[in-house]
Amino acid sequence: MYETVVAPPAIFNLSVLIPFLPLTAFALIVLWTNRNKTLSAGLAIGGIGLGWIIGWAIAITTFGIEHFGERPFRIFADWLPTGRSWHAFGFAVDPLTAGMLIMVPFVCLLIFIYSVGYMAVGKPAGEHDERGAPAEAGHVDPLASRFFAYIALFATGMLGLVLADNLILLLIFWEIMGLCSYLLIGFWFGRKYDDPKKITPKAAGLKAFLTTRIGDTLMLAGMLLLYAQTHTLSFAEIFKPDTLHDLATATVSLPLIGATPWATIIAILIFWGAIGKSAQFPLHVWLPDAMEGPTPVSALIHAATMVSAGVYLVIRTFPLMQAVEHGPALQFIAFIGAFTALFAATIAVAQNDIKKVLAYSTISQLGYMFAALGIGAYVAATFHLLTHAFFKALLFLGSGSVIHGMEHGHHEGEHGHGGHGETSRQGDKETHGGHLSTDHLSTHLPAFDPQDMRNMGGLFRKMPRTAITFIVGGLALSGFPIVTAGFWSKDEILADAWMHGHTVVFLTLAAAALLTAFYTARQIMMTFFGKPRTAAAEHASEHDSIFTWMTVPLMILAVFAIAGGWVGIPKEFPVLGALSTNPFHHFIGGLAEALDIKAQELPFDATPLATSLVVALGGLMLGWLVYRKARPADGHVAEGESMSSPDQFVDPLARPLGGLYTVLRNKYYFDELYDALFIKNAVRLSNWLFRFDSGVIDDTIVDGAGWVGRKLSEIGHWIDEHIVDAAVNGAGAITNWFGGAVRVIQTGKAQNYLLVGLVSVSVLLGAFLLLPK
Amino acid sequence: MIPLTWYLVFAAALFCIGAFGALARRNAVAVLMGVELMLNAVNINLIAFWRYTDVGQMTGQLFAVFVITVAAAEAAVGLALFIAIYRQRKTVNVEELDTMKG
Repeated sequence: MYETVVAPPAIFNLSVLIPFLPLTAFALIVLWTNRNKTLSAGLAIGGIGLGWIIGWAIAITTFGIEHFGERPFRIFADWLPTGRSWHAFGFAVDPLTAGMLIMVPFVCLLIFIYSVGYMAVGKPAGEHDERGAPAEAGHVDPLASRFFAYIALFATGMLGLVLADNLILLLIFWEIMGLCSYLLIGFWFGRKYDDPKKITPKAAGLKAFLTTRIGDTLMLAGMLLLYAQTHTLSFAEIFKPDTLHDLATATVSLPLIGATPWATIIAILIFWGAIGKSAQFPLHVWLPDAMEGPTPVSALIHAATMVSAGVYLVIRTFPLMQAVEHGPALQFIAFIGAFTALFAATIAVAQNDIKKVLAYSTISQLGYMFAALGIGAYVAATFHLLTHAFFKALLFLGSGSVIHGMEHGHHEGEHGHGGHGETSRQGDKETHGGHLSTDHLSTHLPAFDPQDMRNMGGLFRKMPRTAITFIVGGLALSGFPIVTAGFWSKDEILADAWMHGHTVVFLTLAAAALLTAFYTARQIMMTFFGKPRTAAAEHASEHDSIFTWMTVPLMILAVFAIAGGWVGIPKEFPVLGALSTNPFHHFIGGLAEALDIKAQELPFDATPLATSLVVALGGLMLGWLVYRKARPADGHVAEGESMSSPDQFVDPLARPLGGLYTVLRNKYYFDELYDALFIKNAVRLSNWLFRFDSGVIDDTIVDGAGWVGRKLSEIGHWIDEHIVDAAVNGAGAITNWFGGAVRVIQTGKAQNYLLVGLVSVSVLLGAFLLLPK
Repeated sequence: MIPLTWYLVFAAALFCIGAFGALARRNAVAVLMGVELMLNAVNINLIAFWRYTDVGQMTGQLFAVFVITVAAAEAAVGLALFIAIYRQRKTVNVEELDTMKG
């Protein structure tokens, strides 16, 4: 168990640096270089790039160490005094951390590089661009430096989180990420929409922060209970068999439920933190709205950092989760995960925003991972977490490229083929008069939505690099057999569910996988195939230099979206299994065994494999069939014409699904439900408290105290004026009067003084002589 | 021998003339002369008392010589002051010399 290696390789000591490199970049950007956008971007990339090199060097070193899972590396120093003991502040490297170190800094680095293109760093600043709103196509974002500072801090949060060797430190980095998600989702804080129902980035940031806060609070409660029970928050201490045994056997009596082991309560509370962070039902509502952030942020949140943190937390604390074998904690995790996987997949089917589809897909895939953990598939969940990060980052970055392509196309379409030089500017000033410039000055967006897939179509020819990589990502997401990474990880989860007899979970996940393949096919068909449905799609292109920055990371990620799965091919798999040693399972499984988690490789079974083949291919096929012919409604738009409104596009599912489609499109009305249940009441309570505050506290107590104070002062004023001042003035007046009286004898003439002297002497002499002695 | 009283009366008369001159004359030089008269009246007193009471010792004479010396110095200083005032203000009329006022 968790014993420190006698002489760990020296390179492990560098692990401390990994989170602090991006942190340094953050500090440098914020303090010194924020005026220079190119330098800021360079610093952020340099910070994460160095972190990536160290991370990979460490991870690769660990691959070569036999039985590394039993002897992980730990480096720590005393930090917080707690009575007689100390909280150690420390970092640990074990196989799980090594796996994360392969994924997190690398994906972050690619996203950072992509951001250079996305934020158009190096391009001239737009004349009409305002801080806190997206820049016009082809112009650098006015706050690009700030953006790079934030994402560097975000990377710090995630890297610190995976390295932390205790829950306190983990929580600190966890909250850094919470802060960064708020800052980045609301990055375009000045953006407003014409449609009042559409959530603004500012509100979305707040929503993400507050929603995750619910989970964080429960998680903190779990941590405190854990500390109260075990007097430690260090993973190495908690995961000792004795400690876990004590936690599982010591019970507490809860109302209604009865005697419950502490382990169950703590595990469920900590899992709530993961529910919030990984956007699981019922705290999933923040994640789709988090799409209001710039697209690289969506990729960061959805792939490399934020939501992975929730899954990572559960994987990391898995010994605690399973302390009570087949206990309610695991059942709860499995239920929430499986339910969310299916539930979010159904919503994704009816979304039209290219990023919202991916957002629900992320929720669904995270549900997959939790379901896997709930049924004890520790290695499979870790595997899916890592492969998913690659292809989901790829998909998000691809969608960002599509959005930029559409914006360029929109720009071109509006201004004719003359490009976006000075001449076209002149041109539109003539046609629109002063109208356009005021339009650009305000932060109102034009009605055209470059993220709406209904506005797209036929982008494959316009943006081939984006399209091909996006399709690779889509196939990986839907689990296209054999070649893609998603297939291997998803198949492993399904196999685990089947072999361990969790039929309900198995069926739910299979249905979710079918829907995943379906909506992926729908998304690809609507975006890249068919005829362009608008002028923007007609003119979309990826020729601008910024697309070089954007498409290169896409290609690298596409390679990983395929090859990433090859490290986890089961040995028992027909034909291919013979070539594979399944190093991933061996590596992570080593840790699992050290932690007493059952993770032996499963014998091969045809049922889950067949299921996963059928659902992946069937879903893709179904999506292709349904959306192959999708186009604007007949009668409204002539063949080859572009649509004037996205509503003219008729979704082929809308009619057969009827009311259900509307429900799905509105996300089961969860936002409305929460609004009615919680937000309205919270606002009502706040209003009541406000009235209480202003009526009772302000008007009565504070104002009353003020009134009394004022009256007292008035009395004091009167005393001052009539008594103290009168005495002072009186003294002055007497002095003045006396001075006036004696002033007359000072004439300045020496003879007068002599006379006075003579008279005085005479009088005194007379008195001396005449008065009786 | 002339009685002491006569000397004293004479000295008092001389002192009064001097005091009057010092207090009533307009001309600063005349004022100074009045002052000199008063000093000499005192000198007469000193000598007279010495002669009638304490002949054995030199105190009275010495005192008178001392007063004469001081008077000479005083006259020198006073005249110097008047010359300085005259240069500045073109007058030695004490009525007009009221710079000591406030």
